[in-house]
Amino acid sequence: MKTTRRTLFAATLAAGALVAGFTPASAETKITFYYPVAVGGPVTKIVDGMVAGFEKEHPDVKVEAVYAGSYQDTIAKILTAVKGGAAPNVAVALSTDMFTLIDEDAIVPFDEVAGKDAKAWFAGFYPSFMANSQTGGKTWGIPFQRSTVVMYWNKAAFKEAGLDPEKVPATWAEMREAAKKLTKRDASGNVERWGIEIPSSGFPYWLFQGFTTENGAILMNEEGTKVAFDTPAVVDALQYWIDLSVKDKVHPAGIVEWGTTPKDFLEGKTAMMWQTTGNLTNVRKNAKFDFGVAMLPAEKRRGSPTGGGNFYLFKGQSAEQQKAVVEFVKWMTTPERTAEWSIATGYVATQPAAWATDKMKAYVADFPQAAVARDQLEHAVAELSTHDNQRVAKAFNDNLQAALTGSKTAAQAMKDAQAEADRILKSYR
Amino acid sequence: MRSPTRLDEPPRGRFRWPFAGSGRRTVEAWLLLLPSIVLFAAFTHVPFLRTFVDAFHSTPKGRRPSHFVGLDNWVDLAHDPIFWKALTNNTLYALGTIPLAVGLALAMALFVNGRIPGRAALRMAYFTPTVLPMIAVANIWLFFYTPDYGLFDQIGGLFGLAATNRLGDPSTALIAVMAVAVWKEAGFFMIFYLAALQQIPPDLREAAAIEGASRFTFFRRVTWPLLAPVTLFILVNAVINAFRTVDHIFMMTGGGPDNATNLLLFRLYELGFKFWDQAQASALTVVLIVVLASVALVQFVFAGRKVHYR
Repeated sequence: MKTTRRTLFAATLAAGALVAGFTPASAETKITFYYPVAVGGPVTKIVDGMVAGFEKEHPDVKVEAVYAGSYQDTIAKILTAVKGGAAPNVAVALSTDMFTLIDEDAIVPFDEVAGKDAKAWFAGFYPSFMANSQTGGKTWGIPFQRSTVVMYWNKAAFKEAGLDPEKVPATWAEMREAAKKLTKRDASGNVERWGIEIPSSGFPYWLFQGFTTENGAILMNEEGTKVAFDTPAVVDALQYWIDLSVKDKVHPAGIVEWGTTPKDFLEGKTAMMWQTTGNLTNVRKNAKFDFGVAMLPAEKRRGSPTGGGNFYLFKGQSAEQQKAVVEFVKWMTTPERTAEWSIATGYVATQPAAWATDKMKAYVADFPQAAVARDQLEHAVAELSTHDNQRVAKAFNDNLQAALTGSKTAAQAMKDAQAEADRILKSYR
Repeated sequence: MRSPTRLDEPPRGRFRWPFAGSGRRTVEAWLLLLPSIVLFAAFTHVPFLRTFVDAFHSTPKGRRPSHFVGLDNWVDLAHDPIFWKALTNNTLYALGTIPLAVGLALAMALFVNGRIPGRAALRMAYFTPTVLPMIAVANIWLFFYTPDYGLFDQIGGLFGLAATNRLGDPSTALIAVMAVAVWKEAGFFMIFYLAALQQIPPDLREAAAIEGASRFTFFRRVTWPLLAPVTLFILVNAVINAFRTVDHIFMMTGGGPDNATNLLLFRLYELGFKFWDQAQASALTVVLIVVLASVALVQFVFAGRKVHYR
């Protein structure tokens, strides 16, 4: 009976390969929640803890929290799931992905589902965070893990260079002068410490938007159908950035890696850096010297883009699930919890009410640098976001890098970026 | 006209379906094959056919379903300067990494094949980069390349050299990522060469020694021809890897600065999973498959003639 047994074995193998996994049906309302962790590790635990707290207070709702990788991985997973007909119920993704998600017909606005008090709820957030969350009179995103660009400075290096360690450069001219004094060279002319580093790898547009805003330029319209990359204000801003390395030689040449700037700062290889507020906790824990955090310097005005992730509500779920999602998002963004989240991660608390809580007040009293990001919010603008956002951003990034590495002039690069963006956005007008 | 009959050709006759024959054995064979057929079909063949079909259609977006567009996707691709940039980069990448990695692999294999002290440790050291995941390798090299306090600049600093920014400069970035690929691949190819070297019968060496052949002559007339099948195998793999391994690009440069390190597969990822441009991504996939299939075919047909399989 050898053959029969072998046949049976083969059949078992075949069956094993074919059987797909089953998921048992449940009576309670179940929602799936995708979230990204830009920095990894402890943040996952914090989110899981918050989800567990929500489930405890809402025994009829089960939240399946899925850690989906970086922002880029998360939007890729979300859109794959949407195309496969298995969209999550709720997710945190970049605020700039709003137009992409609308174009893919993947999300619904919060307005209708949130009911009567929707307007009051939305009004509780800082307007500069809502700028990236609303379009066409609808609210598509609820601010959650939001950040902005700030300037960090090494007070010890300032003292060493003969500058007042408590007086941070407040204008472009002052920043350039301070950087010149802070740049330290050894006997053979090799740089031991740079005056300033502004990262330009990956997403240079975000930091560059600090410059453009300060120079009075607004990069896109609210509908996300038009960009203004080739205006004189933008070209001049780019020229200033290029000059920092090429003319003044106070900033490293070529592309400065986003991930190594905090390390450079902590190692004393740069005296100032532009970075996200998301690095605040990291720098605070690891800096062996006194450091300060300041708003970005002004030219025509102060300014910085906002950044980070919003909650989105997805299409194609039952009314109960939608209600559960809104309940969940509201719970996650109460002032108390927003304050806890901000203290634990370094993200900017998204509502004035959160800053008024006792916890937040105590935190700011102990660590005043945390409040800088909040104070800068009144000068902040929406992060660059358009239809077909990633493609437009890439056209902009590529040309910024071309200009920063000297293969194009600032004017030519911005002209090329504008032409490419116009070509991409034509079909949305 | 009759073509000359070759010894290795199968006997001619009526075509026979594989497994055509007595009942139960056929069922058994098919059942044993079923799992791999299902997996292959589900994850390789069906997706490829779908991609081929998609390449003739527009990208579906929300409320706009996809429709037939003929060859438009390839026309668009031909007008995309970044595609040409990636193709050029990838060609340079292949031409730069393959000869170096294969040459290095052969040199290392010959070295550790001899009787030298610490042979096992040396073999392991050469093979280590292969065992490491590419993401880990990329992170290590990211540190090597870090301006100022990275390994290379620290060594350079001892000799008074200025800090460099190899990944941040478009003229050096591609070479910098190529070095990583050579470092990673050479050890892998060495293993194949080493295995082949062990297969060479020792009496050949003895015979050559009696004939008074020099070591170089022995290598050129005996070792190298006997390694030819392995070299062909390695070359096919090296070419495929040159177009397939882009993990380190994600970690180290993200295709930048200004597309200086953008390779075809990385571009494919951008089109497919950043821009969600299914049409362009499908067209590029077909291009990539055609390129790879023809390179492999050329290698097997032309190089295969010169290779002695014993």
